[in-house]
This record gives sequence, structure tokens and C-alpha cells, in this order.
Amino acid sequence: MRENDTIDITLKVWRQKGADVKGRLETIDVKNISTHMSFLEMLDVVNEDLTLTGREPVEFDNDCREGICGMCGAVINGHAHGPEKAMTLCQLHMRKFKNGATIVVEPWRSRAFPIIKDLIVDRSAFDKIIQSGGYVSMNAGGAPDANAIPISQEIADKAMDAAACIGCGACVAACPNSSAMLFVSAKVSQLALLPQGKPEAAQRAWSMVNTMDRCGFGNCSNEKECEAVCPKEISIVNIARLNREFLKASFFSTVE
Amino acid sequence: MNWIIMTLSSSIGKKLMMTLTGLGFIGFLTAHLVGNLTIYGGKDSFNLYAEKLHTMGALITLAEYGLLLFAIVHITTGTVLFFQNFKARPDAYVVKKNAGGRTIGSMTMPYTGFLILLFVILHLGDFHFVDKTETTIFHIVASTFASPLYILIYTVAMVVVAIHVSHGFWSLFQTLGFNHPKYMPSVKGIGIFLSLIFGIGFGFLPLYIAFMG
Repeated sequence: MRENDTIDITLKVWRQKGADVKGRLETIDVKNISTHMSFLEMLDVVNEDLTLTGREPVEFDNDCREGICGMCGAVINGHAHGPEKAMTLCQLHMRKFKNGATIVVEPWRSRAFPIIKDLIVDRSAFDKIIQSGGYVSMNAGGAPDANAIPISQEIADKAMDAAACIGCGACVAACPNSSAMLFVSAKVSQLALLPQGKPEAAQRAWSMVNTMDRCGFGNCSNEKECEAVCPKEISIVNIARLNREFLKASFFSTVE
Repeated sequence: MNWIIMTLSSSIGKKLMMTLTGLGFIGFLTAHLVGNLTIYGGKDSFNLYAEKLHTMGALITLAEYGLLLFAIVHITTGTVLFFQNFKARPDAYVVKKNAGGRTIGSMTMPYTGFLILLFVILHLGDFHFVDKTETTIFHIVASTFASPLYILIYTVAMVVVAIHVSHGFWSLFQTLGFNHPKYMPSVKGIGIFLSLIFGIGFGFLPLYIAFMG
């Protein structure tokens, strides 16, 4: 690929003024986009142009732009975070698109994620789920020795794999049922696997699943779309673990 | 008892009910297929099998009511799940593509399920709720499959069952929490194998009877 490669594209981007207003796809012709740009940088260029010509810029969420914060995300041509595997939208580059391509950009769509504006959705349902149990309680006092609790490398790896979840919401966006099971399973797993998370494991699984249900997400039907789009490649093995943890909590613990 | 209602009405609890009843149906299909294979042994072996089955009396009645209960739970829960999942995304995507996780089985679960319900009603009407005093079960079956339309309906229905089982079998292990990297590939393999066995085992019966009779 040459240094100065540029492409022209047609964007069809979702414009919606607020949660209760009807939205629509707006067509924007974009010229001379460097293929070295990330998708979000391309949107920056589009927004600069929109602002200079007195139009409203396209609102989109973003923060670190290096694939680790979980803020960005949109459905690109029907794929959450775009067509590439294991990638957030900010890491998607314009060289992945052909000159003259039409790119449809839509927000995450779920009843539990109401649209705030354009591509920005309200993901506070995830915060509610975390608040209901996604933590461990620590006693105050002197810090324990670093390796006082033995944890095998295998368990540490599994916990770390689950902890890689950045809470972006792509799993919900891609799920045909709008289910949040992959997110919740990652958050339950990262703690349930480790000794520090065991004391509250039952209460955590019970509360987080019940909160998830109340937030209006759909039910998992093992479609595996979540796993396929997850930028951190969280496995549905975690969902099986969540099922176990929840059923254990219901039938074999005293939580209600 | 509040906890048990809360458990079963939760999203995972509803999946659990689908799973346990589904497992029951897989057991039923297996037993039903083993019994029906006597058809390949000819008219007498099939009639003998039916006769033997009915000597079990109360046990059969119990199994029938059990299956009815399972069907009610499976259909009711499935319907609730279908509408809840439909409601969870009020505004559809303008463009939505599969990311590679879905299969024909997983995509069509509610619809194949509904078709199977229609088939079961027809099937029970054909062979269960009929007057069997003056005739044999083989005769009823043979006269039903004299019609090409019935052969078509039954064969297609068995393909639908196979598609339903192809997702249902591995899915029930996942829901029960049995997903282990060592065993899951085998579970998926067995699921595909079972759905083929059900599809082929049941699917060729109408044709066999039609051409034999």
C-alpha cells in the first residue's frame, strides 16, 4: 500500500436527536480519506467538515482510541465494531474498506441501551449490573503478602481472560436476542474463579443475573454471536460458568 | 418458596426449563425411534412391538402425561422467551449480518419448534387418537402413507426435528453449565450425529412403508 493512498466513501450514518425521537440514516459523501486513518479519525474528519459547513457533527462515544477502554463502538455494515475479528472500532482502519464503498454506521440497538444521540447509547445498565455484585469486599488492615494465596497459572489465566472484558456492549449489540449474558458471565467469572471472589460468589451471581433481567436485556439462546464479535474474544465457556454459578446460588446457597 | 419462583422465572431459569424438558424429548425420541425400527422388521414385528408396549399399561399412561406436562412447559416457556427476546430490540438494525456464531439450527429454533408442535398434533390425530379396535397399528400406518402428501409432510417434519435437535442438544449442555474444552467438541459431534439419526431413522420410515406396502 502506498504512503499517500486515499479513498472516497459514502457514509450512511444513523442520526437521531434523542431517545424519544425517530432517527434515520443520513448519507454523507466523504472524499480523500487516508487509508492510514482509523474509523474514528475518519469520523473526526467528517465532523470537522460538518462543523465548518454549519451542520451538526455526528455524535459518537470514544476515549482511549487504543482498544482498551470500551467506550467506542458502532455497528458497521451489520457487524458490531466492524468486520475485523477481535477489534474495537477505534482499531479498525480505513484500509479495510475499498474505494467507493458504502458504509452503514448504526448505534448498538437494544431496549436496555437507549440512544442518547446519533451513535451514542446509554450503557448505564451495565453499571447497574456491576453495582449489584461485580465487586469483592476486602477487610481493612495491613496489606497481605503478595503470594500468600496460591493460585495456579491455569486459573489465573482463565480469570484474566474473563477480566479482559472492557464492557463495550458489542455482545449485546450482536446478540439476536439483545442478551447481556457474555458481559455478565465475564464479570462473574473473573471473580468466581479466584479465592478472593469465592466468599461472595453466590450472592454475586444471583444479584447480577436478576439485575440483568430487570434492565430489559433478552435471554441467551446460545447463538454464539457475542463471542464472535467480542473485541477481547471472551469465550461462551464463561456463560456456562455463569449458568453453573447461578444455579448453584439458587439451589445450594441461602441467597434469596 | 419464593426463591424457586424467582429462579425459574429468571432468564437462566427459563433456559433451565427448556433444557430439562428438551432433554426429556430427546430421551423420548430415542425410545420412539428404537421402537419404530421394528417397522423395518415387517408388519408382524411392528404389531408385536405395539402390543408389547400397551401391556405396560399404567407406565405408558404415566409417560404420556409426563410428556404432556413437558410439552406444556417447553412450549409455554419457549413462547415467553420468543416474545421477550423480540421485545428486547424494539428497533431493528437497518443492516445486520451474522458474525459467524449462528447456525441454521440456532437461527430457526422458535420456528422449527412451532412446526414440530403442529406436526405432533397431526401425528397424534393420525396414529394415537384413532379407533384401533377393528384393525392393527401397522394397517393404520400403511394406509396413512398410501398418500404422497402424508409422506411429504412426515419426511419434511423429520428434517425440521433434525434441525431443532442440531442446536438443542449441545445447547442444553451449555445451559446446564457443562462446557469444557475437553468434552464440548464431542458433545457437539454427538448432537449432529443424533440429529442425523433422528432425521434419517424417522425420515425414511414413511417411504419404506409406502414402497413395501
